[in-house]
Amino acid sequence: MIPEFGLIALIFSLLYAILLAALPSLGVIYRKPVLIASAGPLSAMLFLSILISFVLLVWSFLVNDFSLSYVAQNSNALLPWYYKVSATWGAHEGSMLLWVLVLGGWIFAVGGLSNDLQADFRAIALAVLGFVSVGFLLFILLTSNPFDRLLPFPPGEGNDLNPLLQDFGLIVHPPLLYMGYVGFSVAFSFAVAALICGRLDATWARWLRPWTNVAWAFLTLGITLGSWWAYYELGWGGWWFWDPVENASLMPWLVGTALAHSLAVSEKRDMFKRWTLVLALTAFSLSLLGTFLVRSGVLSSVHAFANDPERGLFILLFLSIVVGGSLTLFALRVRDLESTQGFFALSREGALLMNNLLLVLMAAVVLLGTLYPLLVDALALGSVSVGPPYFNLFLMLFGLPMLVFLAMGQRWNWKRMTASKLLAQVPVSLVGALVLGAAVALLVAPSAPLVWIGALLASWILVHSLHDIYQRSRGGRSLKSLRMAYWGMVLGHVGVAVAAVGISFSTELTDFRDVRMQIGSVQQLGDYQFSVEGFRHEEGPNYVAELADIRVSREGKTLALLQPEKRRYLASGSIMTEAGIAGSLWRDLYVSMGEPLGVDDWAMRIHVKPFIRWVWLGALLIALGAVLAIVDKRYRGGAEAEA
Amino acid sequence: MKRIVLFIPLILFVLLAGFFYAALEMRKTRSVEELQSALIGKPFPAFAGLGLANEPVDLDTLVNGEVTLVNVWGSWCPSCVYEHPYLKQLVERGVRLVGVNYKDTPEEARAWLNRFGDIYAFHIQDPLGSLGIDLGVYGAPETYLIDAEGVIRFKRVGVVDERVWTTQMEPVYRQYGGQLDAE
Repeated sequence: MIPEFGLIALIFSLLYAILLAALPSLGVIYRKPVLIASAGPLSAMLFLSILISFVLLVWSFLVNDFSLSYVAQNSNALLPWYYKVSATWGAHEGSMLLWVLVLGGWIFAVGGLSNDLQADFRAIALAVLGFVSVGFLLFILLTSNPFDRLLPFPPGEGNDLNPLLQDFGLIVHPPLLYMGYVGFSVAFSFAVAALICGRLDATWARWLRPWTNVAWAFLTLGITLGSWWAYYELGWGGWWFWDPVENASLMPWLVGTALAHSLAVSEKRDMFKRWTLVLALTAFSLSLLGTFLVRSGVLSSVHAFANDPERGLFILLFLSIVVGGSLTLFALRVRDLESTQGFFALSREGALLMNNLLLVLMAAVVLLGTLYPLLVDALALGSVSVGPPYFNLFLMLFGLPMLVFLAMGQRWNWKRMTASKLLAQVPVSLVGALVLGAAVALLVAPSAPLVWIGALLASWILVHSLHDIYQRSRGGRSLKSLRMAYWGMVLGHVGVAVAAVGISFSTELTDFRDVRMQIGSVQQLGDYQFSVEGFRHEEGPNYVAELADIRVSREGKTLALLQPEKRRYLASGSIMTEAGIAGSLWRDLYVSMGEPLGVDDWAMRIHVKPFIRWVWLGALLIALGAVLAIVDKRYRGGAEAEA
Repeated sequence: MKRIVLFIPLILFVLLAGFFYAALEMRKTRSVEELQSALIGKPFPAFAGLGLANEPVDLDTLVNGEVTLVNVWGSWCPSCVYEHPYLKQLVERGVRLVGVNYKDTPEEARAWLNRFGDIYAFHIQDPLGSLGIDLGVYGAPETYLIDAEGVIRFKRVGVVDERVWTTQMEPVYRQYGGQLDAE
């Protein structure tokens, strides 16, 4: 009976979502305060009923209810309990339910924290969110019901969760990612509400900034975790593969980054409003587009969920209504929201416009590269996929100038930057950056061009940031007088510098070899010796594994004992590689097992990857910066009129 | 002029959506062909090996003038357990079913058959998956439908259940002269 209750709760969610989409809107049209006020309670009920449904699905996994087709396909009695929980979102149906749960959570939060907004505006924003949930709940109920029963012959044992997903990173990765993806729906709903109400002022931007930042920080964490997972679990030693699904999360991130910055201009200067609106609509549209690409099976990818054209058609239809509708609204209504002020190019807003253009260009490059195979296919030119060289080239082309501007622009004044200020900032920082960057590059790898580029750019950002902190805290002002929002910005930008070091250094300095390893084999890679101490056989709860014990040493000193594994999962029979990694801030030692060549005789790939952790460290700092920025006092006062 | 600029995002989106629709339609027609093996319409590959009772089996044992289902299974494969009851119904209605015991050991396979019931006419041992390679097996379970002359007429990747049988396989089965007893 429990799963049926889950289904009923889901149907109730749809009901509440329809009411949330309809009642407040009617209230605004017919001026009925009761209906307008219903938005708050309805959003709470919507969240609660989705939560009940979700918890009951988790429950079905925990009690091994294999009469549910979804449970039978994605779980197994031998699975440890925490993987049973995460198996809930391990495949299409359940992950859609998680998607909707997260959406419900955001709606609940908006409903609870928006009482100081104008009632009409709040009602419409919540109604828009209600409408979005109607679409997704219908999608689940009509095409992807996780509560479908396998009667009358329920299997005695389940199929098991895909072993790739039996990992801690994958327990947390989807929820974080969805928090980000779906979080952009708040900005979307505010943009639509602003277009409908014809009201878009600095208060609007200030209210939206923390929401956007939180969503963006989650998305940053989600993507970072996904990349980290790919690094240690897929055994290829890479951290980004330009897979369509990765790209689907990168596009909203790039546009979300642009949005977070454009909102700053809209708040501080009451400008770039149309642009901010376009970005707010686009960020969420790209989230939906990502969902479409991943779920419809139009693109093939390692992540792809079940290929079902029917589902694809549904999402496409919904996408067209939501995105097409909002963009039509934009085209028709945005004239009433015109920004009147002009601006001076050499100013903070000028720099931010530059940042926005470059970020949007990068998103366009990623979009084009992701869709290119489809395009080629459609024109019957055969199946081609666009490789990493394309992405790397174009993102560098736009990314490098962005880093150059970022360092300087973060210090510029609003309205107008004077020549004397530029003179006080640039030469000192330039010299500092050249000295620091050259020193680092000479120390690390004097003959590697990418190391030079990375070191100089990162120093350029770091020195500018430090110099700025120094200048701002001079003359009777202490460090304490600097606002949290400022620290958040600096931290985020230093994070970019750290990630730039990680990307450029690890790309240039990574070294690997494919070797044959037997007991006693010693292989040299750079300064490092990899020697095999032995092989072992181990049994996990639901798999059996062959392990190798590998000692890594340099100049006779042992640095690490690595234990790469090859696992065979019993239920599905699939073979998984667990890389053996010894990480540090300066370099990772990484061994993955390939094919067995005989008894205690394996093909392996050994890697030395300098600075690779800086990629994820930088990303963490970026997310932390976003969070720091929103604990700033000015976002706590509510929506009183802008001074 | 300015007015038109505001429609640019919408126009871009409409183009994109139209493009996606076309891609989706294309994928729909393609997926059916893709799933069909390149072996459809070709004779079942020749083989000679042992059955699970260690009796010799070869292509002539398999092709005996009846429309036959060849089911690729293994004792390590949970979905095979899942589809077993439905295959049993088919056998009870007179369908000839032959097993390819794929990447398995005879001991484990026999234990599995003792537990769930041996509904197969006979089995072909394929411990190393070499017959599987000739057949283009993705993984167990898979089910091939071969006609009276041993020509492969249909391939199912994944579980055979009532829906798959009635909508996809039964028409082919009957087309090539397969008989079903009344229920």
